[in-house]
Amino acid sequence: MVKPRLTGLIKIILLLCIYGVVRLLESRGLLLPYHVQVLSLCCINVILVVSLNLINGFTGQFSIGHAGFLAIGAYLSAFLTVKMHVPFLAAILCGGLLAGLAGLAVGLPALRLRGDYLAIATLGFGEIIRVIILNMEAVGGAKGFSGIPKYTTFGIAYLTAIITVVVIRNFVHSDYGRACLAVREDEIAAESLGVNSTYFKVLAFALGAFFAGTAGALFSHYLQYMAPTPSQIGFVKSIDILIMLVLGGLGSLTGSVIAAVVLTIIPELLRGFAEYRMIIYPILLIVVMLYLPAGLMAGRELSLDSLARLCKGVKSSAHYS
Amino acid sequence: MPTTAELMVSNLSVQFGGLKAVNEVSFSLQPQTLAGLIGPNGAGKTTIFNALTGLCPVSGGEISFGDQRLTNQPPHTIARCGVARTFQNIRLFKNLTVLDNLRIAYHKNRQYSLLCSLFRSPRYWREEEQITARAKEALELVGLATKAEHLAGSLPYGEQRRVEIARALMLSPKLLLLDEPAAGMNPQETLTLLELIRRLRNELKITILLIEHDMKLVMNLCERLFVLDYGHLIATGDPKAIQSNRRVVEAYLGGTGA
Ligand SMILES: Nc1ncnc2c1ncn2[C@@H]1O[C@H](COP(=O)(O)OP(=O)(O)O)[C@@H](O)[C@H]1O
Ligand SMILES: [Mg+2]
Repeated sequence: MVKPRLTGLIKIILLLCIYGVVRLLESRGLLLPYHVQVLSLCCINVILVVSLNLINGFTGQFSIGHAGFLAIGAYLSAFLTVKMHVPFLAAILCGGLLAGLAGLAVGLPALRLRGDYLAIATLGFGEIIRVIILNMEAVGGAKGFSGIPKYTTFGIAYLTAIITVVVIRNFVHSDYGRACLAVREDEIAAESLGVNSTYFKVLAFALGAFFAGTAGALFSHYLQYMAPTPSQIGFVKSIDILIMLVLGGLGSLTGSVIAAVVLTIIPELLRGFAEYRMIIYPILLIVVMLYLPAGLMAGRELSLDSLARLCKGVKSSAHYS
Repeated sequence: MPTTAELMVSNLSVQFGGLKAVNEVSFSLQPQTLAGLIGPNGAGKTTIFNALTGLCPVSGGEISFGDQRLTNQPPHTIARCGVARTFQNIRLFKNLTVLDNLRIAYHKNRQYSLLCSLFRSPRYWREEEQITARAKEALELVGLATKAEHLAGSLPYGEQRRVEIARALMLSPKLLLLDEPAAGMNPQETLTLLELIRRLRNELKITILLIEHDMKLVMNLCERLFVLDYGHLIATGDPKAIQSNRRVVEAYLGGTGA
């Protein structure tokens, strides 16, 4: 058992090291600007997957409209920086807040629905947002929103991703998160223990939407151009996020992080084989789902503790062999 | 009879379509009573528990608890009033640890705010420590302190029933409803359970109402019994009086078979 203070320190050092290594490789020219771009996209996807995990994994609701919240954050923040000259950080926050509010507005009626019905309602919500944007001339309408400044650096994306993961981890390990878990596991039992299940479903939904909104703000200032297409802010994007989530394992934050990074990088690696990409990628998914139906991490977490135990196990077995 | 009844149920009816599962039932419980609710299968016992805890809609009558009216309140509000229960078909959070099952039930007593939890303020740490300590205490009480880190679903049936009781206790209830707590237990476990229920009443000073089929256990344990048959309350009294009640004997021997 490693002491909490110590593990906290080790984690901070590790995270700083990752950042340092990326910057170092970048300055030596070993990482091209394109590579650093992909890493920024990894961070954005981490935020999206982890925030969806809060809704689908920890609270057990089935939302497939996550890109709707991404879209709100992306367009509002872009509108604010381009048309109103608002500072980027404030725009990120505004994007998150409006998405969170939308989460509240959708969550209150939609979360009375269960399972398939909720899935369809959230899917519908995502498409409504897309169609609204499609018809908004102020943000470019069907032509798309171009000329967005490139404010999203690797540093900002990385920091936002860390904050998101830490905040959601803290939430999950508090009474609030436990109430969400209870709702997921058995709503009737949760209610009989004093948990207002509607409240916690809506809370998880709003919090998840908030972070998806911040990811959206990073996304639009990363791409510099937003198009109201299904693959960028519509159901295709929602499904992409969902696939990452399911692959990493519902209810596992480390699983989400790993899956988001891996599934962002793999399509980039396969760019050279563009014509095979849509074959290799699905086959990979099918194989993983066949052999790991509960996802990579299957509800468990990768922690320093478990790593330490693993190392000790390896060492002690080496001793005796 | 003193008038300071803690739980008052008057003319309670519950209807499922054409079936009146509970029919104009009235009874009351004094504080710190250990009472039993008995009757053949399908008599409506569980339905009464469900009505008391807000899990099924009441079609007629009134339920009050202390000075609070519980009729048709949502379950989480009723739980917050101090009514806790267990379920006939155990409803533990099977994929979570025993400790987490208990910590969840501390929910209504949690003080720290959402922001405290998101940023792990000192208050969060202090209270989480208290919550864990409370949960361990409750586990100690039901004799399962060593099982804290086990997944609830992995425990044997009898232990799951005790975890469910411990979880209900985390609410610091004034009234505890136990639905067939001894079902699926062996005689040894049943004996331990009997002791436990007595201790809960005597040490924690809570009112307990339990549903049980094991007549020996009920007669042994309860001070007051309510007998239900086809949704009607057919007898009320102490175990002795119930044993010699003609209608009760008929319901059990001549009825649909318990
Ligand atoms: N949710 C429900 N919907 C319809 N009928 C129900 C429901 N719950 C219970 N019943 C019926 O009500 C009657 C009483 O059931 P119950 O209270 O479970 O009996 P018991 O005394 O064995 O606990 C039974 O006939 C049962 O079939
Ligand atoms: Mg029953």
